[in-house]
Amino acid sequence: MKKLILSIFCLFIFSSTSMALVEVDITRGNIDPLPIAVSPLYIEPGSKDIKQDGKIIKNVGERISEVIEVNFKRSGLFNPLKKDSFVQKPDIAHVKPRFEDWRLIKAQALVTGKVTVSDDKLRVEFRLWDVVAAKEMVALAFSTTPENWRRVAHMISDKIYQRLTGEEGYFDTRIIYVAETGSKTQRFKKLAIMDQDGANVKYLTLGNELVLTPRFSPKNQLVTYLSYFRNLPRVYLLDIETGVQEVVGDFAGMTFAPRFSPDGEKIIMSFAKDGNSDIYTMTLKTRVVEKITDHTSIDTSPSYSPDGKYICFNSDRSGLQQIYVMRSDGSGVKRITFGKGLYGTPVWSPRGDLIAFTKVHKGKFYIGVMRPDGSGERLLTENFYQEAPSWSPNGRVLIFYRETKSDSEGKGFSAKLWSIDLTGYNERLIKTETDGSDPSWSSLLSK
Amino acid sequence: MVFGIDLKKIFIVVLASVALTACATQKKGTGQLQGDVYTGTDTVEYLATGVKDRVFFATNKSTLTTASRDTLRKQAAFMRKKKDLKFAIEGHADERGTREYNLALGERRANAVKDYLMTYGISGSRLSVISYGKERPVNSGSNPLAWSQNRRSVTVKAN
Repeated sequence: MKKLILSIFCLFIFSSTSMALVEVDITRGNIDPLPIAVSPLYIEPGSKDIKQDGKIIKNVGERISEVIEVNFKRSGLFNPLKKDSFVQKPDIAHVKPRFEDWRLIKAQALVTGKVTVSDDKLRVEFRLWDVVAAKEMVALAFSTTPENWRRVAHMISDKIYQRLTGEEGYFDTRIIYVAETGSKTQRFKKLAIMDQDGANVKYLTLGNELVLTPRFSPKNQLVTYLSYFRNLPRVYLLDIETGVQEVVGDFAGMTFAPRFSPDGEKIIMSFAKDGNSDIYTMTLKTRVVEKITDHTSIDTSPSYSPDGKYICFNSDRSGLQQIYVMRSDGSGVKRITFGKGLYGTPVWSPRGDLIAFTKVHKGKFYIGVMRPDGSGERLLTENFYQEAPSWSPNGRVLIFYRETKSDSEGKGFSAKLWSIDLTGYNERLIKTETDGSDPSWSSLLSK
Repeated sequence: MVFGIDLKKIFIVVLASVALTACATQKKGTGQLQGDVYTGTDTVEYLATGVKDRVFFATNKSTLTTASRDTLRKQAAFMRKKKDLKFAIEGHADERGTREYNLALGERRANAVKDYLMTYGISGSRLSVISYGKERPVNSGSNPLAWSQNRRSVTVKAN
């Protein structure tokens, strides 16, 4: 992975927040997405084409505007307007939009920009305009290497999202998942990583051994996952920059269900021994292992609260799978789910106010959220099989995987990645080259 | 009073016939279920003549049924004869649970088998345990029969 060299040249925020008329209401679903016009970014004369992976990318300004539009559309909060209705030329609009033209096509916000490409440098400048108030809201310029053009598009998307919603964006992020091929009884699984929008897929393992449940470190360059390397299911650590892998701890048995602590310094996981699974942590620097739960039941799927003070986890100590919360030292265990059915895969929201989970009831699987004390349960989506929600870094979107029914020949089976908004609206398939499962969302690559 | 007793008899007869029909319908098809534990032999392989390689479990359970214990006693007898052989016990779950819980459940099932074999004199050093959770189904179907065949522990020769 090439390190992104990035510098922000200038940052002008002209209008103060109180002056802005354009605001996106994010407390509701996608009932009324904001109409936004993303003008193709104008290319400075003398700019070169970008060569990437043996392909030549012409007109990168248009490509960048398309990436931004897809991000906005998928967020459910924006309605990018069709480019054929745009009257003003990109270069002129970037200097000074004729707001009445943009108002005519019902745009409330307008994005314009300029791109300069030399052999080893890409400079992208953009402006966000409030069409209603006829003024500039944000202007920024990014400078990087040409092959990073998609990341620039995502960073622009994040800046605009943040300016219009007041929340941090989640577009300059990646998703690690398990890519699946083969029949249901002989499945091959590889670790795969892609940009949040499905572009730039890379496979990180060869598929020789079963791999499951990859999870990002909040610091991004590390991933923890379960591998059946040499037929010994153990938790591993993988550095995605260097490709170096190592087993986590020295356990005489299966370790599984790993996640990072919020500071990235510990891995929390289950260790199964003699038919009993308990929760352990290992501090990466010192390799010190600590036992957190000690119960004859299955204790698994641990996840820290963002302040690191609490852990939610899955246990069948009451007889069937339920969700529990305890202090991070293992004390004060409290059951929080009392609804009908089974509850699993609790994941604490990065905002701290919610826990996402999988619920199984009467042969259906649900993805839902509840407060950390178990109150306010809301089921977002129901299906034949779905599980393993993972939060976007801003705590607004959940990504999970869904499997379909099959006959005894395995016909009809598929495993796909989906995302849904916290509001329960905007459910979307995330297209992947192969089947996919166990997605985990990274934090923002640049802050 | 007499009338009441007659009614009771009729009721019992009706119940019995309902139960019979239920049995008859369950025995149709390729396999058999007792509760939701698979009792058929469609997917079963053999370690030696008459020694089944696997036992089946109820949903979310790791308890051994009478039939399972019978199978495992035969496995133990076979293991006592073949002193040079080591065995791996593979625990599996069906696709109707979350992945991580199923990994733990498969481990619990395989250990239930290991513990039982050890009570019949097989040294724990000859028995390794591995859980595959829901990752290695034998039947691809998404139906109760397929799930019952997949909730299993399989004993395989490891050397």
